[in-house]
Amino acid sequence: MSSEKCPDCEALVSVPDDAVNGEIVSCPDCGLDLEIALAGQERTVKPVVLEKEDWGE
Amino acid sequence: MKVSILGGSGYAGGELLRLLINHPDCKITRVTSQRFAGEPLYRVHPNLRGRTNLRFDDKSLATHNDNDLVFTALPHGKSAGLVPQLLDQGTKIVDLAADFRLKNPEAYPEYYHTKHEHPELLEKAVYGLPEIHREDIRNAKLVAVPGCMATASILGLAPLVKTGIVEKEHIVIDAKIGSSGAGAGPSMGSHHPEREGGVRPYKIVGHRHTPEIEQELGQLNGGNVKVAFTPHAVGMVRGILVTIHAFTRGQVEKKDVWKAYRGEYGNEPFIRMVSDNKGLFGLPNPKNVIGTNLCDIGFETDAHVNRLLVMSAIDNLTKGAAGAAVQCYNVMAGLDERTGLDTIGLHP
Repeated sequence: MSSEKCPDCEALVSVPDDAVNGEIVSCPDCGLDLEIALAGQERTVKPVVLEKEDWGE
Repeated sequence: MKVSILGGSGYAGGELLRLLINHPDCKITRVTSQRFAGEPLYRVHPNLRGRTNLRFDDKSLATHNDNDLVFTALPHGKSAGLVPQLLDQGTKIVDLAADFRLKNPEAYPEYYHTKHEHPELLEKAVYGLPEIHREDIRNAKLVAVPGCMATASILGLAPLVKTGIVEKEHIVIDAKIGSSGAGAGPSMGSHHPEREGGVRPYKIVGHRHTPEIEQELGQLNGGNVKVAFTPHAVGMVRGILVTIHAFTRGQVEKKDVWKAYRGEYGNEPFIRMVSDNKGLFGLPNPKNVIGTNLCDIGFETDAHVNRLLVMSAIDNLTKGAAGAAVQCYNVMAGLDERTGLDTIGLHP
């Protein structure tokens, strides 16, 4: 288990060792949904961007 | 430690009994009430039936006092005259009324319509908010438990005022309080048909908790703090929610607000940050802290008007009165502050 900083509130967010790319975790303090991004040994979290219902049309 | 409760028939006195009866370090020797003298406690506080054989008595504590500490839960203005004699006997006092909360004696005629009987004791009394005055409480002989709405307001604002995040002379506090805050004595305002189903603003300017809030926040920041405080009587029995509108000079980032709260409250046993904005339970709601000594705090930034919005919720009888008194007692006795207070709230 590693920890990454929430980009919104800077709380430490736990990222499981077996996390997969695109997995969603929730910040324990502010509740922001975060997407885990894996690139080699590097692990980052970024806010989830939700698709809207009108698909931008 | 041997303790007595002076004025144990009110709601704050009853809550104090509920908490102290289970307290492992506390032996209640006497509980006084002039009105109910001779009656068992459960005739007034039915939740205590089967938990204690004590009866109310009306003997003067000044002449029958062998306690280490006395909790006074009398109406405002009644404890000021009794405290000097108790102090002379070497008894520590935790006063749940307003008699020793304010440092400025001139504030008493203005806000409590009475001249203070012992203004020389005001500087000696410690304001009983451990989150701010823990070290002073530890060595105090006389502790003044804060007002309930003042507690919710001060705890919501303290880190923001201390760090200078918000403008200190432009703070608006909107409070909602349940009917037990009006005390056990019946009145038109607490009469069920009048209270239930309504949201009644009262004392909309100049409420007596205003000077407490300004006194305590002013000490944190070395200057004058001004708050516009307006309470509302609502239908719930217990609970307070204060919604605080504070303003910033520029845009404030959420992470800086989180940093201020974490810095001040990171190790506090009774403060929970409830600010995840997710689902039904992501912001403070007094329903979630009823019967506990917790204060739930949440916030949101509003860049549209440079506003920082803070919500703070407590149970007015617990963290707003008796729970705070027990927390202070624990500090004075050198105990873990959670002793006798480590309860989980009800849900739903």
